[in-house]
Amino acid sequence: MSLDKAAVRAIAELARIEVRDEELDHLAGELSGILHFVEQLAEVNTDGVPPMSSVADLTLPMRADVVTDGGQFAAVLANAPDGVIEDQGGFFTVPKVVE
Amino acid sequence: MSELTKLTIAQARDKMAKGEFTAVELTEAHIQAMAAKRNLGAYIVETPDLAREQAKASDLRRQAGQAGALEGIPLGIKDLFCTKNVQTTAASRILEGFKPQYESTVSGKLLDAGSVMLGKLNLDEFAMGSSNMTSYYGKVTNPWKSKADPAKKLVPGGSSGGSAAAVAARIAMGATGTDTGGSIRQPAAFCGITGIKPTYGRCSRWGVVAFASSLDQAGPMARDVRDCAIMLGAMAGHDPKDSTSAPMAVPNFEAALTGDIRGLKVGIPKEYRPDGLSDEIQKVWEQGIEWLKAAGATPVEITLPHTKYALPTYYIVAPAEASSNLARYDGVRFGLRVEGSSLDDMYKKTRAAGFGSEVRRRIMIGTYVLSAGYYDAYYSKAQKVRRLIADDFKKAFETVDVILTPTAPSAAFGMDENTDDPVTMWLNDVFTIPTSLAGLPGLSLPAGLDAAGLPLGLQLIGRPFDEETVFKVAGVMESAAGFTATPEGV
Amino acid sequence: MIIQGDTGDWEIVIGLEVHAQVISNAKLFSGAATAFGAEPNDQVSFVDAGFPGMLPVINEKCVEQAVRTGLGLKAQINLTSVFARKNYFYADLPQGYQISQYDMPIVGEGTLLIDLPDGSTRAIGIERLHLEQDAGKSIHDMHPSKSYIDLNRSGVALMEIVSKPDMRSPEEAGAYLTKLRTILRYLGTCDGNMQEGSMRCDANVSVRPVGSTELRTRCEIKNVNSIRFVQQAIEYEARRHIDVYENGGEIKQETRLFDSVKGETRSMRSKEHAHDYRYFPDPDLLPLVVSQDLVDSIKATLPELPDEKKARFMAEYGLNAYDAGVMVAEKEAAEFFEGVAKGRDGKTAANWVMGDFFATMNSDAKYTWTNPPVSAENLGRMIDLIKDGTISTRLAKDVFIFMVESGKDPATIVEEKGLKQVTDTGAIEKAIDEVFAANPDKVAEVKAGKDKLMGWFVGQVMKATQGKANPGMLNELIAKKFKE
Ligand SMILES: [Mg+2]
Ligand SMILES: [Zn+2]
Repeated sequence: MSLDKAAVRAIAELARIEVRDEELDHLAGELSGILHFVEQLAEVNTDGVPPMSSVADLTLPMRADVVTDGGQFAAVLANAPDGVIEDQGGFFTVPKVVE
Repeated sequence: MSELTKLTIAQARDKMAKGEFTAVELTEAHIQAMAAKRNLGAYIVETPDLAREQAKASDLRRQAGQAGALEGIPLGIKDLFCTKNVQTTAASRILEGFKPQYESTVSGKLLDAGSVMLGKLNLDEFAMGSSNMTSYYGKVTNPWKSKADPAKKLVPGGSSGGSAAAVAARIAMGATGTDTGGSIRQPAAFCGITGIKPTYGRCSRWGVVAFASSLDQAGPMARDVRDCAIMLGAMAGHDPKDSTSAPMAVPNFEAALTGDIRGLKVGIPKEYRPDGLSDEIQKVWEQGIEWLKAAGATPVEITLPHTKYALPTYYIVAPAEASSNLARYDGVRFGLRVEGSSLDDMYKKTRAAGFGSEVRRRIMIGTYVLSAGYYDAYYSKAQKVRRLIADDFKKAFETVDVILTPTAPSAAFGMDENTDDPVTMWLNDVFTIPTSLAGLPGLSLPAGLDAAGLPLGLQLIGRPFDEETVFKVAGVMESAAGFTATPEGV
Repeated sequence: MIIQGDTGDWEIVIGLEVHAQVISNAKLFSGAATAFGAEPNDQVSFVDAGFPGMLPVINEKCVEQAVRTGLGLKAQINLTSVFARKNYFYADLPQGYQISQYDMPIVGEGTLLIDLPDGSTRAIGIERLHLEQDAGKSIHDMHPSKSYIDLNRSGVALMEIVSKPDMRSPEEAGAYLTKLRTILRYLGTCDGNMQEGSMRCDANVSVRPVGSTELRTRCEIKNVNSIRFVQQAIEYEARRHIDVYENGGEIKQETRLFDSVKGETRSMRSKEHAHDYRYFPDPDLLPLVVSQDLVDSIKATLPELPDEKKARFMAEYGLNAYDAGVMVAEKEAAEFFEGVAKGRDGKTAANWVMGDFFATMNSDAKYTWTNPPVSAENLGRMIDLIKDGTISTRLAKDVFIFMVESGKDPATIVEEKGLKQVTDTGAIEKAIDEVFAANPDKVAEVKAGKDKLMGWFVGQVMKATQGKANPGMLNELIAKKFKE
């Protein structure tokens, strides 16, 4: 699969990464090269092979329904890039969203 | 240079137990060495004050008769492990200034074992790379120099390049690494040290910045096999906070170093001799086989038929998981934020500025292979091939106890080499990636020098959760190799 | 329901996706609390906030609640299910993905019977139920240029319950939601409180000409927070579709919001991005395996559910379908009714519960199921007093009011207030004699054939006995007296 500029722009949009127009050609070439490389998997016969999501030969461990965490808003907000505790009442903030 | 920094962990441990020197002295020697070798770029953050404090506390514990397995041992921590109140960046601009309010399970266990943290070690951004040239905080220089071209700066390998360089340069007695596709083993080989990626699930991933969750494993990097065994003993163990952590007891890995490998069968995969494999690598591999034979083990040729497909499989699975794991870096709760006119604009500007080119490239590939219409052809296909690769190993381990291969197809290369094409760079991991996909333990140890005087590594691969056999065989090889070379100035 | 358009008749096709918040102490994948109404960002673990290196560990209670709900919906329980990541960016989605279930949900197909106003029922198919984590909350009106994010809800367990597109009218959709809420409350798996957001509904609406079996493009109306609004939104949306089709237009598949003030739906601007959720199995979580033993043990603890209870109330207490339906709509009401009816006449009990009792219950917010105006025990005893003739039904109305006011048991009230029915023939005859003696002219009129005045005599004598005369005896004795 070769990716054109429009495809690269769509992927970047989906991944929320800003890409300048002048980067698109280069990226399209690079990503197409990578795809070309990985496409050699097509030659492997995988009929009847179940996909492997994890090598861990386990089932999901469960925890008891007990409150063991939380009550730490200062720690949760400590790294907020938009200084939040004092003036905005303990919220994270983002540019206003219109629904 | 202080004699103290030349010791192995085991030696320092035994000498401190005898009262020959204190943790404070040992730590101070390393703090001085660390400062003297800043030109390597091995550390992103040095924490000398914290280290001195911890060393003092360690000496008190020892006096009180409460010495842990790593009591007073100064270690470097890869900057992928979250460390409480100490900046943790994953070598990315997007986490600049981030101070976790929690300590990763593995780094916490090392502290609990009495160790001292010297600082946070450099790496490839988000552990994506094999050269340690993608860090936002500068490249790491390999302390080794080519005899043929001493002016040439060599890469330490990656992604745990800072860890490997620090251990080789004697500015940490040991270091944590993480390995997703070879990120402990390849830099260990490039820097002439020993490192082991344990079985997936052996060490907790809790608090380690995720790259590819189904592959990421923490492991130790140290001067020799024994030190790795000691460190892994402290790092490993079941963690209920990580659902993929194995509920298994931690064996005494050091006790596995019996030196007796008589009767063991050592698999030699025929697929690990690709065209163009250098004669020197080939030679050191054959040498390794001879050492094991001499010690009473039997080499057995095995086949791992899907080896060739490991790299393409990895470069679908790992970016796919990474594209999702790295979605949380969005400028909202921590790390870099670049303001934008809207929420989406902020996301896009933040992530474009915060991630370097290799990370952006992998996120985009990962996004693509998961996207509607391509999932089956790429992601699902790769997961199926992954099973075939894992099954190859399973089958091989029906007849052999351990597998011996080269760690990397070359010795450390120059910083200006292999950088044009990402796929060429990825070939560095051709021997380590299959093990990662299968989740098996893999250890790299230095086995010799090439013509330019650069270290070459050999890899030992074991059955799931059989690190003990890997350590045992590695110990025998280490003795046989008698590798004592060090980088210039050490 | 058929909607008449300009070009012909149309029918509505409705499927509902309900997000029901699981009742649990802690969140689905973290140990933070789920309680409603905490300070912003204070019920948040680093897992819920998507911090680097944080990993999910599943809460067993939430799994059990999902299984329990699946059993309550007579659905297939999948012993192995898989958590997947649903990837999208949003301000209140800290990880950049929601952990949900995709192609292997914990619960498969099931059935829900909706109760229609005429007392009949209709089966609506359940497509699936899966477990997933809730997102945080965005607050858009606290700052001129910023939205505020509170992650308290982030990571709370939700059951997404998806119906088949089996409903054909807003009323059926309402009946579905009502019934689903009833079942969840019976099971104790979700409190069903739509105002607090613990039950939220997305409605998928399309229309088609009557007689057609095609499924036309549907629009999804997101997050409607009351049953009434769901019905209004469906109605509005169906008419909008018909208008568009009849004017030669096309409906485009989209997500819409319901504006309850204007009574309209509108396109959601924040959802304009192409959707591509890139689902894949969450590598931080392994397959969820529940044992058949666990399923069986949960099954053994299921309460009697509303449909079975309704059938039993009809059979055991002789209620009609409508009354039985009303009685089982709330688990507590059904329990109350049974407390009253057990060992007594079911219809009498139902009349009292649905009449005076419900009226009083609804008259003041202070009354709740834990603080009812009258206990089931006392109401039952009062019915016993009617039955044994101690009080008349008429007197019982007063006794009921006294019980509400004092909380005392009916026998005490009857005693204290002297409300005991007079059944002594002599006493009643004496009162009759007095009334007759005082009204000779009216006695003559009755005897002359003016039967209508009989009632007046009954009233007068009842008044003279302060209402305590046994009405049956009174009627009988007056009739006898006139025949003399
Ligand atoms: Mg949905
Ligand atoms: Zn949902």
